[in-house]
Amino acid sequence: MLIDTLTRWLLRAGAIVSALVMLLILAFLLIESWPVLDQITPTRFFTDTSWHPMEGAYNLMPMLSGTLLASVGALLLAIPLGIASALFIVFYAPIYFALPYKRLIELLAGIPSVVFGFWGLTTLVPLINQLHPPGASLLAAILVLTLMILPTITLTAYAALNAVPKEYLHGAAALGLSRWGMIYGVVFPAARSGIVAGIILAAGRAIGETMAVLMVAGNVVQHPEGLFDPIRTLAANIALEMAYAMGDHRAVLFVSGLLLMLLVMLLSAMAGKMENNQYA
Amino acid sequence: MSKNSLFIGLLCFAISSSWFSGANAASQRLILTGSSTVAPLVGEIARQYESMHPGVRIDVQTGGSSRGINDTRNGVADIGMVSRALKPTEKDLQAFAIALDGISMIVHANNPITALSKQQIADIFTGKIINWKTVGGVDARITVVNKAEGRSTLELFLQYFQLRNSQIKPHIIIGDNPQGIKTITGNPHAIGYVSIGAAEYETKRGAPIRLLALDGIDASIENLHTGVFPLSRPLNLVTAKIPRGLTQSFIIFARSQQVRPLVKAQYFVPVRVD
Repeated sequence: MLIDTLTRWLLRAGAIVSALVMLLILAFLLIESWPVLDQITPTRFFTDTSWHPMEGAYNLMPMLSGTLLASVGALLLAIPLGIASALFIVFYAPIYFALPYKRLIELLAGIPSVVFGFWGLTTLVPLINQLHPPGASLLAAILVLTLMILPTITLTAYAALNAVPKEYLHGAAALGLSRWGMIYGVVFPAARSGIVAGIILAAGRAIGETMAVLMVAGNVVQHPEGLFDPIRTLAANIALEMAYAMGDHRAVLFVSGLLLMLLVMLLSAMAGKMENNQYA
Repeated sequence: MSKNSLFIGLLCFAISSSWFSGANAASQRLILTGSSTVAPLVGEIARQYESMHPGVRIDVQTGGSSRGINDTRNGVADIGMVSRALKPTEKDLQAFAIALDGISMIVHANNPITALSKQQIADIFTGKIINWKTVGGVDARITVVNKAEGRSTLELFLQYFQLRNSQIKPHIIIGDNPQGIKTITGNPHAIGYVSIGAAEYETKRGAPIRLLALDGIDASIENLHTGVFPLSRPLNLVTAKIPRGLTQSFIIFARSQQVRPLVKAQYFVPVRVD
């Protein structure tokens, strides 16, 4: 009884602290960006001619499009690859191969992002440069991000596939379904929410990734016209300019942080909606 | 309950007594205001000075070189930080250089270009010249590497070439000097600029980059010292009167051998004090 009470309060305290941290971060971002939000109309973040904060031009939209394009591009590559790898491990690979392969993916998940960035800067960017200068580009950002979120998607999809009750598989086998028929008709529907959760997690990581993207994306603030054009993401913008920013420049960087936060909130709301739909 | 309040009382006492003793010891206070380029370096120097002189507190505030000049004249600050040489109208102040800030144009070592004129560089960065062939190089598109807003190297670059940042048409924007050098080493057709200190350090370690001569003058720390290299500026501490006491002691320390590692860590060039 005592233990129950204690646990309940401990858990409540933990929940309150996590919620509070989130609210505090939001409050902090608002307070820090207030000097600018108070002075200028928010529409200027959409309508200014460019991003030149030292000259008073604060258009954030090219960076929003850069962030979204890089993330969506990486997801388009990483989702099929990740799910395919997970299927391979669970249903197709022989056991002596599946285990080392899974360890390898786990290792990939543990590599620090700056290492990916460094590899991108010294190997990938020069390679793309030979194809189409300047090399540092949306494509480089997409490829590096793909490598970074691939293990997240693979490992969560693996866990979800593995958690499908064996009875389902036996049932499917008893009905005489082919392996692919079983995967498509039985396993995927059962594992859907786990796989989607992994994708949302990966999307969050892609949107927020900073160092690796900063090193390979070129960081020119513009709406890219093709895969070979350089872009700047919102997270990279903060990392790139915060160290020496003062006054309004600093405040407007916090606005880009705020925008990034809204983007992630939107994403998690979307995830919540998708889960609700599934159980409805 | 009484045990708790006793503990809290003791804690308050401990905090307040340490507070007061701290306030007593820090009777000597030095205020510096001015350039945001100089401030990070002076902040590091101040921290080291404070650790050697426990009774001193040094307050470093930014706000631009002109604020440094004004505050020093008004007596609001003991020392002003100014990231340029003093103008003729400012000769009432005493200036002490603590470091030199110079930037060098760099290209890949395989690029046959060895020198460019001021006009050529301005045209390349504003997108009027887009092929190396135009300035006597190979037939390849130029990749322009620019710095992120707020960096002192960008500020000095723009000031020297009389450009606004919105006029520059960059292909890559970089943050710190090492990232700039890595970018150039990975792209044989790129041109960028970094602090001379950083560029010389990396070339000595074998990075395949070339420092371009500017208007016929080699970019080197040597030419920075003698003052012939044009794309440079002194970082000054200024005072209203001939410095005495704590102010004098701090300025001497800021120009001494001891702070050289701090100066180099910020990619500035230490001054020679005779």
